[in-house]
Amino acid sequence: MYPSDYRYTKEHEWIKVEGSLGTVGITDYAQHELGDVVFVELPKVGAKFAAGKAFGTVESVKAVSEIYSPASGEVTEVNASLANEPEKINKDPHGAAWMIKIKLSNAQELAVLMDAAAYEAYIAEKQKEASA
Amino acid sequence: MVSFGGWDMPVEYSGIIQEHVATRTAVGLFDVSHIGEIEIRGPRALDLVQKVTCNNAAKLTPGQAQYSGLMTPQGTFVDDLLVHKISDTHYFLCVNASNQDKDFEHVRSHNTFGVEVENAGPRYTQLAIQGPKALGILQRFTPVALDTIRYYHFTFGKVNGVDCLIARTGYTGEDGFEIYFPPQHSEKMWNDLFEAGKPVGMVPCGLGARNTLRLEAAMCLYGHEIDDTTTVWEANLGWICRLEKGDFLGRDVLVRQKDKGLDRILVGFEIQDRLIARDGYPVFSGGTQVGRVTSGSPAPFLKKNIGMAYVPLALSAEGTPIQIGIRTSQATAQIVKIPFYKRPK
Repeated sequence: MYPSDYRYTKEHEWIKVEGSLGTVGITDYAQHELGDVVFVELPKVGAKFAAGKAFGTVESVKAVSEIYSPASGEVTEVNASLANEPEKINKDPHGAAWMIKIKLSNAQELAVLMDAAAYEAYIAEKQKEASA
Repeated sequence: MVSFGGWDMPVEYSGIIQEHVATRTAVGLFDVSHIGEIEIRGPRALDLVQKVTCNNAAKLTPGQAQYSGLMTPQGTFVDDLLVHKISDTHYFLCVNASNQDKDFEHVRSHNTFGVEVENAGPRYTQLAIQGPKALGILQRFTPVALDTIRYYHFTFGKVNGVDCLIARTGYTGEDGFEIYFPPQHSEKMWNDLFEAGKPVGMVPCGLGARNTLRLEAAMCLYGHEIDDTTTVWEANLGWICRLEKGDFLGRDVLVRQKDKGLDRILVGFEIQDRLIARDGYPVFSGGTQVGRVTSGSPAPFLKKNIGMAYVPLALSAEGTPIQIGIRTSQATAQIVKIPFYKRPK
């Protein structure tokens, strides 16, 4: 379910790193918690974000949620197709619904992120809390 | 699941959009067991109902229900409710789950008529079957001729072999029924109705769809459009306030407010672009904050972003432009006629 070559945040974003470029999206757990996604607001190419800062907003029918950057860097590409097809985020959160690509300014930061196994354990704990 | 007034309630089953649209086009099944019931019995039952509510319960005939407000002495809302007249000496009130205990204490504290007031919530499950196919499905389970029950009327009869109060009421803007029965039959009733309804598109609906459906129909939700700081006039609910019925809690305040005129009123608005208003967002006019959004959401059937808000009377006319503060921007919106959605007759 959770690709082993991605890294994950506690706020349920993922990042896939290739060289100095990171691709960012939200996790399957996040889309499931949000429900039907109807709107997404993303930054412009060239915008710079520090790790942990909000770079966009995703809205479902029931809730609005900020999206936080897993790492510091500059936006090099934005997934424009999500403007007209926000429901892609529900259908393919780890693939076609990637949100932004960033040029990483400090690859060291990635070390604090969870790998797939750690993230799966993390959300299993969340689900246990929710049903307790 | 979320905790709602002490109940664990599903926000959604298959997804709010699907549940919402299914209720508009086929039929939705809602477990609303959390809804509170208060029963009032005795020779002077009507006197107590009349004292604590603003609508005129004396107009009801047995088997008829009315939407009403439970009033504070200040003419604001303790709650909104449905008053069902079972007989001259027996009234059945349906109230919001989260207000049930408060409502019960309130009604009881004004019982100077020697009638019995029962907090009857634990004795009832309520299921709502709503949508254009609701009647057809429910009819398979009952000998009662459902098409003879008029809107906002009810009767007693068997559903799936269980004694029920069957009311043609709802909170979705659709035709449909709300049935009340002893909780030990809940699971079987739900499962049997769902099995029968599934082939015609019945979908179980959670609190999420219940909220978006009532918002499209511009029905008030306690804690949002109405509370103990708002009056019937402000909430556009003048039709449930019958001053001519005689004295009731808060009547003098409501008479004065009516004479003096209103400072603010509840309106519906539609956002012109794709931004979504949410509960509590500020409303602006000409750069000044003039109010707050009481409920805001995407409208899954209308496919628009809508909401309700209190605004100054001068800004309440249809077509008036307002702005909604959404994060760092101000979205352009326009006052529109409510309800946003009206079912085809």
